[in-house]
Amino acid sequence: MSTVTVEAAQGPALGDDLEAAPPGSFLVTLIIRRYIPEIDDEPRWQDFDVRVLPTDRILDALHKIKWEQDGSLTFRRSCAHGICGSDAMRINGRNRLACKTLIKDLDPSKPIYVEAIKGLPLEKDLVVDMEPFFESYRQIQPFLIASSAPPEGRERIQNAVARERFDDTTKCILCAACTSSCPVFWTDGQYFGPAAIVNAHRFIFDDRDEGSKVRLDILNDKEGVWRCRTTFNCSEACPRGIEVTKAIQEVKQALLTHRS
Amino acid sequence: MWSWVLHRITGVAIFFFLLVHILDTALVRVSPEAYNAVIGTYQTPIMGLGEVALVGAIVFHAFNGLRIILIDFWSKGTRYQKVMFYVVIALWVLTMLAFTPRHLINVFSH
Ligand code: SF4
Ligand code: FES
Repeated sequence: MSTVTVEAAQGPALGDDLEAAPPGSFLVTLIIRRYIPEIDDEPRWQDFDVRVLPTDRILDALHKIKWEQDGSLTFRRSCAHGICGSDAMRINGRNRLACKTLIKDLDPSKPIYVEAIKGLPLEKDLVVDMEPFFESYRQIQPFLIASSAPPEGRERIQNAVARERFDDTTKCILCAACTSSCPVFWTDGQYFGPAAIVNAHRFIFDDRDEGSKVRLDILNDKEGVWRCRTTFNCSEACPRGIEVTKAIQEVKQALLTHRS
Repeated sequence: MWSWVLHRITGVAIFFFLLVHILDTALVRVSPEAYNAVIGTYQTPIMGLGEVALVGAIVFHAFNGLRIILIDFWSKGTRYQKVMFYVVIALWVLTMLAFTPRHLINVFSH
């Protein structure tokens, strides 16, 4: 694991040096796709050398660049612990969360490429306009639809088996890693995309919900679930390990069996 | 992703083959001589190699098509999609190993 201690701190280090170059740290090159609309006509690639530990994350490296080298570097992050879904980006050609990607899990002897997720309008550096993504999410009505009020002073009871049915799709953090890894979405921005379908699945298969007919109708659209070509990019991209394609297939099946 | 890309490419290739194939077969209605002339031009080693490529495309498209059907209709299909892709590749290699030598012997012994 720590075979990459290329430039470990040498000599008797003072406190300051220790902080600047802790033992076991090494230099890694990040090649980041920059785009500052006020300056650039086209996105450009820029190199940064950063001193990191193998256990640092890409997010830490980005922070170091922003704080120590170039304050104009722009990216989103909030929780830094893989739960808010702000920092999905394309790292070495794969969509991942910067806060969940350790340097040592990539190959730090080679430059690491970082760019914004694809298929959504680029706003600045690693930030894209998420609005089309959330618009699809809103359209599938991601909230409980029930005609009856819950029992007075109580929650709606659900048994463990019924809860298990949609457990996988409750884990979504809306990071857009799946939708922006989908070749269908790249060429057809109207496609609802995997994330919207995952969140529809979460309610369609919830037995307390009464809106599945509406949601199935929405996803039966020509830009709905039938656009899925089972490339499995979404399942591979999901940082929460959701079986995204499986969820999409289950919605397709529900459409096949509910009507006809 | 690659299974899908290959499926697309082989699908489009097979489509164009069928288009040409329907046209040249239809030619027999127009003029049997012309038909014979066209078919005659196919009897070359180059076309023989082209046939290997064609069969390769069809075999892949067929096996992967079965894999996609399983993904669509077998509840565990999505979980085993990778394994099934490797099975498709293995079956493709086996079929081509059985087909290619025999076919090329035929082509080049004329
Ligand atoms: S399904 Fe996974 S990849 Fe897609 S938005 Fe949700 S958490 Fe992100
Ligand atoms: S910063 Fe919240 S998920 Fe990465």
